[in-house]
Amino acid sequence: MTWTPELALGLALALPLAGGVGVVAFGRYPNVREAMTLIAAVLLAINVAYLVEIAPSNPTIELFEFAPGLSLKFKLEPLGALFAMVASGLWILNSLYSIGYMRGNKEKDQTRFYLCFTLSIAAAMGVALSGNLITLFFFYEALTFSTYPLVAHKGDAKARKGATIYMSILLSTSIGLLLPAVLITYFVAGTTDFTPGGILGAAGPVLSSVILCLFAFGIGKAALMPVHPWLPNAMVAPTPVSALLHAVAVVKAGVFSMLKVTTYVFGPLTMAATPAADALAWLAGFSIVAASIIAMTQDNLKARLAYSTVSQLSYVTLGAMLASPAAMLGAALQIVMHAFAKITLFMGAGAIYTGTKKTNISDMAGLGKFMPVTFAAFGIASLSLIGLPPFGGTWPKFFLMQGSDQAGHPWLMAALIGSSLLNIGYLLPIVINAFFKKPKDDAPMRPGMPPLLAVLPPLLTAIATFVLFLLIDPLVSYLAPVFSMEIAS
Amino acid sequence: MIEASFLPAALSDHAPVLLVLVPMVLAAIVAAQPSGRFGWLAALIGVVSTLILALDIYGQMQASGAPVAYAIGGWQPPYGIEFRIDGLNIALLLLLGVMGTLALIFALPSVADEIAKSKQSLFYAAFLICFTGLVGVSTTGDAFNLFVFLEISSIPTYALIAMGAQKDRRALTASFNYLVLGTIGATFFVIGVGFLYMSTGTLNMADIARLLVEQNDNRVVQVAFGFILVGLALKAALFPLHMWLPNGYAYAPNFVTTFLASTATKVAFYALIRFTFDIFDPTASFVTGLLTWVITPLAVMAMVISSAQAIFQVNVRRILAYSSVAQVGYMMLGFGIASLAGVSAGMLHLLNHALMKGALFVALGAFSYAYGVRRIDDFKGLGQLMPGVSAAFTIGGLSLIGVPFTVGFVSKFYLVSAALERGWWWAVALIVFSSVLAVFYVYRILINIWVNPAPVHEPAIKVRRVPMMILIPLWILALANLVFGVQTDLLVGLAQDAARAALDGGMGL
Repeated sequence: MTWTPELALGLALALPLAGGVGVVAFGRYPNVREAMTLIAAVLLAINVAYLVEIAPSNPTIELFEFAPGLSLKFKLEPLGALFAMVASGLWILNSLYSIGYMRGNKEKDQTRFYLCFTLSIAAAMGVALSGNLITLFFFYEALTFSTYPLVAHKGDAKARKGATIYMSILLSTSIGLLLPAVLITYFVAGTTDFTPGGILGAAGPVLSSVILCLFAFGIGKAALMPVHPWLPNAMVAPTPVSALLHAVAVVKAGVFSMLKVTTYVFGPLTMAATPAADALAWLAGFSIVAASIIAMTQDNLKARLAYSTVSQLSYVTLGAMLASPAAMLGAALQIVMHAFAKITLFMGAGAIYTGTKKTNISDMAGLGKFMPVTFAAFGIASLSLIGLPPFGGTWPKFFLMQGSDQAGHPWLMAALIGSSLLNIGYLLPIVINAFFKKPKDDAPMRPGMPPLLAVLPPLLTAIATFVLFLLIDPLVSYLAPVFSMEIAS
Repeated sequence: MIEASFLPAALSDHAPVLLVLVPMVLAAIVAAQPSGRFGWLAALIGVVSTLILALDIYGQMQASGAPVAYAIGGWQPPYGIEFRIDGLNIALLLLLGVMGTLALIFALPSVADEIAKSKQSLFYAAFLICFTGLVGVSTTGDAFNLFVFLEISSIPTYALIAMGAQKDRRALTASFNYLVLGTIGATFFVIGVGFLYMSTGTLNMADIARLLVEQNDNRVVQVAFGFILVGLALKAALFPLHMWLPNGYAYAPNFVTTFLASTATKVAFYALIRFTFDIFDPTASFVTGLLTWVITPLAVMAMVISSAQAIFQVNVRRILAYSSVAQVGYMMLGFGIASLAGVSAGMLHLLNHALMKGALFVALGAFSYAYGVRRIDDFKGLGQLMPGVSAAFTIGGLSLIGVPFTVGFVSKFYLVSAALERGWWWAVALIVFSSVLAVFYVYRILINIWVNPAPVHEPAIKVRRVPMMILIPLWILALANLVFGVQTDLLVGLAQDAARAALDGGMGL
């Protein structure tokens, strides 16, 4: 059997599922079980790398047509390939890290944990490779369901409450707003296929505004205010899950869907003619600043990072709503760059917790001495998130600023700059305190060493943020056709 | 599916009457002997023979392209009773055959568990009579005969529900309640038929239809329509005439609930469509007025209010029962839209809802068989104890919500299309809202099954393995929810044929 594009497309879904079968089959032998996850992750990453290579040729699989124009359809294109690459690449590191974290903290029900992880990755692949809205919706829901047991993993009352909020917000927005948006799109356009240039050209400004708002709030995973509360509430999950939620799959799937909808369902021309797009761009700008300010008030490290995600990913929504070429390019880059920076931060937080059982920032003063590598990685990722060169996070902000000017909203640049300043305010003190402040007297400092597998992955992702800074040229030339083609049409 | 008749001519010529005769005769035999197992076997034979005969009739219709008519005793209509099967009721007959067979496979262990041995043969006899009645309603072409079959199906139903008393005495009041309301419904219906007879002097449906054409302004005819509408709507559990249903479903034996939920209200819904579109003049102002201003508002109220009520129930079977009332609302909305697309969507939801509720109630039967649980709090931790059954229940639940690639999505999709075709945006919004409510009540059950930890029992409660006789129909139904969610041709085709038969061809295909 040769490695055809269609086969690779199918394998992207099948490999994580096969990994899941392996995980269940070897549930009694932890080492074999984790090997199954890792093998699946590595094979998937290789497979997706091939997909990235062939993405411009748009291989397509169409399975069941259950109503005219509605089918289970997968279609590869550069944006989705990039998201799939980020998710599958980070899955390897996250799996390594999970092994260190889950064993280091002696978590229970690890088989269920790894199984749900593989299912979530399969769902994320489905979202990334979907060829129409209905398929995207299906895998979007599958992602909600498969991450739910992960969020509720600890099983105590607090975890269940957080998970319940997680589930109710995501499910009610998706069924109540996203599904209607999909159906209305279908009835207006006669199709839900992702088409370069968009399919909603026929809708008038009022109708397209309604549809856009339904999408913007229906894609609850994008955590645009005011549908963001599920994200801070989901921080009850074990840290590898938070990394999965924030960096690998869930929020990323949300903002990716948002970008995909504005690029391939609306298209820049329709976006420009949709009055609601401007309002939503301002809402995204507000979301960026407000979430940053809330983040400053949080003492729990993971809560602070959660609000940071709400803020950072509204950049993507902002870019998608502005819909100028540079803004959308910036949004796409932000998906990649934020993933690497945020996963580093979360894995760092988890390593600190595994080593010292500390969750509050105020207790972390002086820890830098004991965990220099972890905090160094944390610092690098913070700089990337703030947007300082020479780290990857620089580029999306650069393009977004350029894009907001292109789209005729120079004032939104203020939100971007203000947010960067706020980022400095809530991220850097953590590192500075750890390295330069004396520990509190009442806290006896005898941190245990976190396992190597909990320290190494964040270091690697931190280095990756630097490498990504240098890789900007190939990235831009890979993505440019997606956005510039539509300018021509 | 099937292109032509496959039974020998001697059988196939008399297939319409055999549909009713076989279960009726078997019922008498079963009642006369004491063995529950023989009763079960006879019931299975009765139901399977109905399925085979229905398939044969379907083949005959495919071959000839015309309805199959049968004059009982050789007395030609309009003087004798006519059985007449077209695209509309063949869908019902197939549904009855398939769901009856699957439910009966499940019945053997479930009934042995819940019904005293001495009563089992009578139980199956009652089931067979009830089944005879339902098949009869779906076969006959005579308005008064339809009333007779409706009562033949209803009276054993009261008995079947009351049999739940062995597990829960509340089944007795539930049954009595249904008896009173059901009798009122039947009375309304027969008064309506009486008015029709007054104004036309005939009882054959096609004949009435022919004679009614001139009589749209006749007040008697208009009143007849009102009486028939109320009577059948009560049987179909249209909000707010559904009061008998939640308790009936909640306290009846598991098998009875499964069978009734997937067939009984459907048959009444069929009769409603038959009378409205094939006997009365669907373009008459009193018909369109009632459909738009009475049926449709009640339908959307059912969708929203009953779904909301379902959220607050503690007995899982009552959750599903209220959900059934809401689903009847979806079907009635299709009926109220009254276009070809609307009635097809209603018929499609009728078929699909049988698959969903069938799977869900069989799964509840399995839970009840293994652990005896009914209350939602007792469902905690079942996912770990019975992962297979829980997974099947989950599929049914997702289908009930209407998640894409399940049958629930397909029928809601067609319903939304039909509403949009009439420009009823508000109805679309309410369908969506009701689906969100469905998310909540399904979610409440699923969260207990999969997430909340099982309570610790001291001493450990006795558990029985769920037999294959329950698992097989369960998985057939659960997988059908997925398969027909992507392979929609068969069911959508059946539903569209049905709607076409109802709307376009008078009694014809």
